[in-house]
Parts: sequence; structure tokens; C-alpha cells
Amino acid sequence: MISNYLKLTWKVLLRHPFYTFITLFGITLTLTVLMVLTSFLDHLLGTHYPETKRDRSLYITRLVQKDTTHQGRNMGPMSFAFLKDYVKSLKTPENVGIATIFGFANTYVNGKRIKLNTKYTDADFWRVTEFDFVDGKPYTERNIDNGDHVAVITDDLRRQYFEDDEASVVGKFIDIESIKYRVIGVVKGSPVTRPYTYGDVYFPYTAPKSNYQDKGFRGRYLAIVLAKDKRDFPAIRTEYASNVGKIPLPQTDGGFTFHEMTTEANPYLEDFASVFLDGSRTTIVYSIIGFLMLMLMGLPAINLVNVNVSRIMERASEIGVRKAFGAPAKALLWQFIIENIFITLIGGMFALSLSFLIIQLINNSGWIPYADLTINFSVFAASIAVCLVFGLLSGVLPAYRMSKLKIVDALKS
Amino acid sequence: MLQLTNIDKTYRTSSVETLALNNINLNVKKGEFISVMGPSGCGKSTLLNIMGLLDEPTGGEISIDGSRVANYHDKELARLRNEKLGFIFQSFHLINDLSVLDNVEIPLLYRKTSAKVRRELAQEALEKVGLSNRMKHFPKQLSGGQKQRVAIARAIVGRPEIILADEPTGNLDSVMGNEILDILQKLNDDGATIVMVTHDDAMAQRTHRLVRLFDGTQVL
Ligand SMILES: Nc1ncnc2c1ncn2[C@@H]1O[C@H](COP(=O)(O)OP(=O)(O)O)[C@@H](O)[C@H]1O
Ligand SMILES: [Mg+2]
Repeated sequence: MISNYLKLTWKVLLRHPFYTFITLFGITLTLTVLMVLTSFLDHLLGTHYPETKRDRSLYITRLVQKDTTHQGRNMGPMSFAFLKDYVKSLKTPENVGIATIFGFANTYVNGKRIKLNTKYTDADFWRVTEFDFVDGKPYTERNIDNGDHVAVITDDLRRQYFEDDEASVVGKFIDIESIKYRVIGVVKGSPVTRPYTYGDVYFPYTAPKSNYQDKGFRGRYLAIVLAKDKRDFPAIRTEYASNVGKIPLPQTDGGFTFHEMTTEANPYLEDFASVFLDGSRTTIVYSIIGFLMLMLMGLPAINLVNVNVSRIMERASEIGVRKAFGAPAKALLWQFIIENIFITLIGGMFALSLSFLIIQLINNSGWIPYADLTINFSVFAASIAVCLVFGLLSGVLPAYRMSKLKIVDALKS
Repeated sequence: MLQLTNIDKTYRTSSVETLALNNINLNVKKGEFISVMGPSGCGKSTLLNIMGLLDEPTGGEISIDGSRVANYHDKELARLRNEKLGFIFQSFHLINDLSVLDNVEIPLLYRKTSAKVRRELAQEALEKVGLSNRMKHFPKQLSGGQKQRVAIARAIVGRPEIILADEPTGNLDSVMGNEILDILQKLNDDGATIVMVTHDDAMAQRTHRLVRLFDGTQVL
């Protein structure tokens, strides 16, 4: 029976190229938008290279100081000293990596300027992340203690600076802002959308211009706290809060007197959200993302519902004829359900190919260097499911009503 | 084989009530060819629709092969329509999206019949109405007479016991109309029971029995 319905569906679809096109267009658009968007969100927020341990990492990236008497407020990353005292000393985590937010520097090759994003890190930074070393290795505690002028560079920078993609450059020197650094390792770069690990060149924090000896609470450093297990998150947060709680208040930091100080160890998503909203009002961010998704999906979905309803209404007389010749209401209902599922799945196939295409385009455009967007298959499945729900609601409810229609009335229309 | 007892039909709309059928009693016997006549609006279509289980009477009883259909559910009614009845409409009611062959196969879709047998039976039915050379056509590519012949093929493909034809020649010129009547006559000769609404006295002459309606009442 199903193959009958499928054959029939196919015939009906082919006989109505315009409606078929509109319907497919609606479904394809809905699914493509959804998939590309989610893929992008996943790229931003998911667990990906080199932050492959993001699942069990907490990020400490901001310190908020409030002057409650003057309504003043200071916010930003922390000093190396602060992180060393209050984060490195945590007992619960497996490890803590420290790095600066990325800074800027220039280097020249054959008189041509290359703009660089620089990052100063400790040795554990290379342990809480999983960079892919295509050459050499990371710097160690010993390099740091010795204050060695060494650097880890990206394969991109190697290509630009050494104009060579093949030969090892470990041991060669790179001149950045008139200081010579010995290349110790070459990594596959991290996309800029992962700002805590992104950079073109990485130095030990004891290298020049890192400002790691600055006193005070605020500075340019942040910490990635790697838990042994996700389940340790609450314990780590509590321990961190208790560490920070030991700081007597009010305090004066760089001439700013504050009575309150908040800083949190957050999973990446919440850390990301708190960039836009200070405090922990992440539900709002979830709501906004949810609302946007709903809007983006809603418009094509409404179109889908419209097309479906009018498609079925137009077929009232067909329903009348079929019933007159012995079609039970149930058979007609099935016919429309299968039609809907069929067209939705075709739309899904188109959307999948289109999304792949768009994502490949984004990945290869260089718009985001090192972009690695992928189709998230659970998202794909979910989008298809949503489409099916819409398709069924819009197709089946009217079809149900039509199938209950009195034959004489159906025939008249 | 099809019996109507005290059938009433009242159409109710918000403003008016129309008594379309008033106490109709009719017994259709196997092999009969009955014609129904009467002025426009007298209830002929209503009667045929009720006989064909396309509409429900407001009063009275319908029995098919001795069993009353009053309490039948959708599924059982559908089976009766499918197996015992074949309808021919004045305006053909073919499905434009489907080819001639697919249109004729419709009644068989709701039975346990393989695709191959469906096709064979539909081809056979189309041969009977002289349209085996138009199977791949679509309704829009056919003349009125051809459309009605397709509709007849669809009505007979499932070998129903009773064929109900509501002004089958009403939209056709007299030449085509006579062709259609010849086909119906032949089907009746082969054993089919037929009830046909017509305006044409000459056609009514060719049937066994005449039922005449006037304002919803049976006068003959
Ligand atoms: N769906 C309906 N609603 C209201 N009145 C109807 C409906 N169908 C038919 N009628 C009325 O019932 C009467 C009989 O109609 P019908 O059976 O179509 O007549 P005939 O086929 O003999 O021309 C007419 O007065 C017609 O207006
Ligand atoms: Mg009529």
C-alpha cells in the first residue's frame, strides 16, 4: 500500500511542479537556515580543536570590580599574579592553563609587514588544550624559568614568514618587534572564533612584554581550568569562590577602590554568554537564541503550512471521488501523511546538500581562518523532525477534516 | 438487492429547509435497468446519492443484499461503495492529476489487488468502453464523451453489482450520448444492474422501468 501512495505522491508532485517547487523551497530554506545556523553555533560554542577538552573545562576570564558608593565599575581579564594565587592553587582540577588574551605585534619578511596576534602562556596551557604540533614541541616549565626567547608559531605564519611549507623551522629564528625568538614548535592554528586559544605566535609568559610581573588584580590573563570530570564543576567553582572570598574588601587596585568583586569559573557557553550580559543571566541568552531560531524557522514554516493547507483544499474533489469509490477515511489520511513525509524528506536531502555547500564555502572562504564548520547530524535529525511536525500538522489536520467531509460536499467543490 | 424504505431527505441550511425526498420506496432487483426522470430540482441526484451511499437520508432505511446500512461505520460503508457500487457522474469527476489508466484503477486501490492485476483489470475496462488507445492520456486531453467513457470504465472496473449513473449523457451531445447509452445497455445485457437519471425520454424508453419524481415525491 505504501508503495502505491509513494507512486501516487510522485505523480502528484510531478503534475504540480510549481507547488512542488514552492513547498520544497520552503522546507529546504527552513532546514538549511537551521542547519547552517546551528553549525555556526556549534563552531562557536561546541567542543572543537584545539579546545577539545572544552567539555570538562571551566573558563575564568573576567573580573568585575564594583565601587558601590560611586556606582563605578571595572571589568576585564586578570593579572598573572591573581591567577597564580587564586586559580593555580586550586586543588580540585586536573590542571590549570594560563594565557593572555591575544595582543598585536608586527614582523617583517623581505620588507613586507605581517600583522601578528600574540599570546603569552604558561606550559600548562599546552596541556589543557590539544594543539596539533606539525613540527617541534611546546615550550616547557624550564624554558619559562630560564626566560628563553622561544616561540610556538602556526603553520600559517611558518608559510608566510619562512616561505616554506615543508622543511622544519624548529631552531630557526623569527624576529618580532626587534626581538629574536627561536621557533620551538609549529602548530595547526586555532580559528579566531576561539579567542582564548587563537593566536599566530605563542610565547612563554616570561618572554618580554608579557607584563606577567604586574601587581594588582586586573591584567591581560585568563585561565582555562581542566576538571578531571565534568561532575567536579560545582566543587571547582565552590573552591574558587572560597579562594577569592579570602580577599579582604574594600580594596584599591590601580587607583580604583571597589567594595565588591565577582569572578566566576564558567563552562564555555556561559562564559561566552557573559560577554554580552554581565552576571549569570544566561537564560536570557538561551531565550534570545531560541527566539531567533524560532523566527528563522517560523517564517518558512508558516509558508509551509500555507502551501500545504491550500494544496489539500484544492484536492477536495479528489477526496470526494476517492471516497465515492471506496476509499476509507483512514486510507486518505495515510495518503496525505505519506505525501508530506515524502516531500519533507526530499526537502531534507536538498537542505543537507545545500548546507554542506554553504558550510564548505564558509570554511574555504578564509572568512574565518581555520574555520571548521561541520553539519551536526543530531541537529539535522532534529530539523527534519521539526519539519515533519510542521508538515504533518499543516498537512494532516486539514486532510483529517477533508477526509471526514461528506462525499457529496467534497464532490461539489 | 438494493432496497429503499420510506426514505426522506431534508436539506437544512441556516435559513431554509428543503424537503428534497419525501417517503421514497424503491426496490432495485438484480439485472434491472431503471431510469429516473423528473424536472430539475425534483430530487433525482439526491436519490441517487443516497442509493450510492454518498449521502445519508434524514429518515428511512437502506438495505443492500438484505442488510441495513444504517449503523455502518465509515470502513464498512467504504467497503460497500467499493465492492457493490459504481458511480457515474454528470460532470465526470475524473482526477486531472492522474492518467486515464490511473483514474480507472482508483476503485482497485482500496482492495487487496496487486499492481499487475490492477493494470490488467483497468485495461480490460477501458477496452470495454473503447478507449484502450488513450490509457496514457490525461483527462484534459480528452473530449467530453471520452471522459465519460473513462468514468464508466472506472465505475465498472471493480465489477460492482449496481451502477448508478446521474445524467451520464447530460453534458454530451446526442451522438456521444447515444454511444454512452449503448455502452450502458451492453453492460446491462452482460448482467449489471443499472440505475440512471436522465432527461431524455428516448433513453428512458430503452430501460426496463421508469421512476418518476416530482418535488421529492415518487409519482411513478
Ligand atoms: N447541499 C444542498 N443543500 C441544500 N439544498 C440542496 C442541496 N442539494 C440539493 N438541494 C436541493 O434539493 C432539491 C433536489 O436537488 P437535486 O437532487 O440536486 O435535484 P435534481 O438532481 O433532480 O435536479 C433542490 O431543491 C435542491 O435545491
Ligand atoms: Mg441532478
